[in-house]
Amino acid sequence: MVRFQKVTKIYPRAAGGAAALRDVTFGVAKGEFVFLTGPSGAGKSTILKLLYMDERPSSGEVRVSGFSSRDVKRREIPELRRKLGIIFQDFQLLEDRTAEGNVAFALEVIGTPKSAIPNKVSRALTQVGLASKARAYPGELSGGEQQRVAFARALVNDPFVLIADEPTGNLDERATRGIFQLLREVNAAGTAVLMATHNLELVRSSDYRCIELNHGEIVFDSAEVPAISVEMD
Amino acid sequence: MVSIQTALAAFKRSPLLSALSITTIAFSLFAFGLFGLVALNIRDALQRVEERVEIRAFVADGTPIEQITAASDEIAKYPEVLKVEIVTQDQALARARKELGEFSDVFDGQFLPSSLDVKLKAGFRDPKTVRKVVDRVKGYDFVDDVRYGEEWIAQLYRLRNIAGAAGIALGLAFAAVAIIIIGATIRMAVLARSREISIMRLVGATDGFIRRPFLIEGSIKGVLGGLLALVLTYLAMRVLDQYLHFQTAFFDRRLATLGVVFGALMGLLGSAVSVGRHLRRV
Repeated sequence: MVRFQKVTKIYPRAAGGAAALRDVTFGVAKGEFVFLTGPSGAGKSTILKLLYMDERPSSGEVRVSGFSSRDVKRREIPELRRKLGIIFQDFQLLEDRTAEGNVAFALEVIGTPKSAIPNKVSRALTQVGLASKARAYPGELSGGEQQRVAFARALVNDPFVLIADEPTGNLDERATRGIFQLLREVNAAGTAVLMATHNLELVRSSDYRCIELNHGEIVFDSAEVPAISVEMD
Repeated sequence: MVSIQTALAAFKRSPLLSALSITTIAFSLFAFGLFGLVALNIRDALQRVEERVEIRAFVADGTPIEQITAASDEIAKYPEVLKVEIVTQDQALARARKELGEFSDVFDGQFLPSSLDVKLKAGFRDPKTVRKVVDRVKGYDFVDDVRYGEEWIAQLYRLRNIAGAAGIALGLAFAAVAIIIIGATIRMAVLARSREISIMRLVGATDGFIRRPFLIEGSIKGVLGGLLALVLTYLAMRVLDQYLHFQTAFFDRRLATLGVVFGALMGLLGSAVSVGRHLRRV
């Protein structure tokens, strides 16, 4: 479903031309939950950007649900993104729209019929436990609540994979637990989740797969540990 | 529909910026319009002068009138010729007396030659065509001499060509300035909404969807700027008429519409360039 094959990414303007990713190969299966960890600058965000094709690899191939970085056309990328849900550390909400307005926005811009929007919006807001604050503006909501709005916006198009870039980075412990719980629920319902995070406690508290990056290379992938241990046996 | 709403919302959201861009567009089109008005009036004046372009073929004394009439009929059939008039010696004298009234008593007897006065159709009054007709008229052996104010016609056309070239050059310069200004104002609007645009792209909006409201906004600004410019140009013309007593012509409906359409096109082009650049960059 998601496949990185020998992917190297070099930002031409980066100091010294260092590679942000070097020869990275991994896959994410349908319905899988994967943590991406590693220090800042390790390449976590680059992997996510390559996944939603905001960036193209310098070499290698990224395949996402039938789209390949090798031959995807610029005008096909919106089509791919409609199948993805993306949330960020800084929520990326529109301040002049209410919670429901922000969720509806994701439907409006892809041409969803007007009559279908209210139902979908209210279902998504209910799913993230924010139905009672549908009319509130982002400025009137706590960080955790704002992230839930962003969450609802990501879910409203029924994505097959949810991409979360440090979604709990700006949240306190309680809100972090709430968001993580939501991610687990979404995953349990069948959506794959790829979450970049610094929060090792969160990683340790679950037995989801974890890929650790350092200096643009995969230094650890928990999916490969059992295989190695079998060999050692 | 959503695009039009978004475009109109942009006016409501930043009325000052919108007014500013419309005014700048209006002023650049106003400059364009003023120059256009000058060009239009020069053209009208030239046309009036041009109507007086005339070829006069002097006929040798003693040529039988039948021969002259036959030649006149032949010349009248040239595609370039509007009409041919036979001026007899008596008529030539009468005309000279009338045109030079104070010397009328000097003119006596039939010393002025008779002539064929040839008027050309509009569009055939340029030096080259005039010379072509003159050469054919000279071909009649009873024609002594042909006068047609060669230098005068050449000068007239040179003036007209200079005015035309200057009009096009200045017009293009003004249009470029207007497009850049529109592009800059749309750029401000794009930057003000860059967060919205990046979210739109993340949730899968197509470039066309993102671009459309800006293109509509640019076109509306162009149309409003064009209309304002038209009003300003009209007022300027009235002021000139009043204080300098010019009898100036104003754009007819077709030219005025063309001006507004041109404004809309400039708005469209300016915003297309601006949004295109932004979308390629992010």
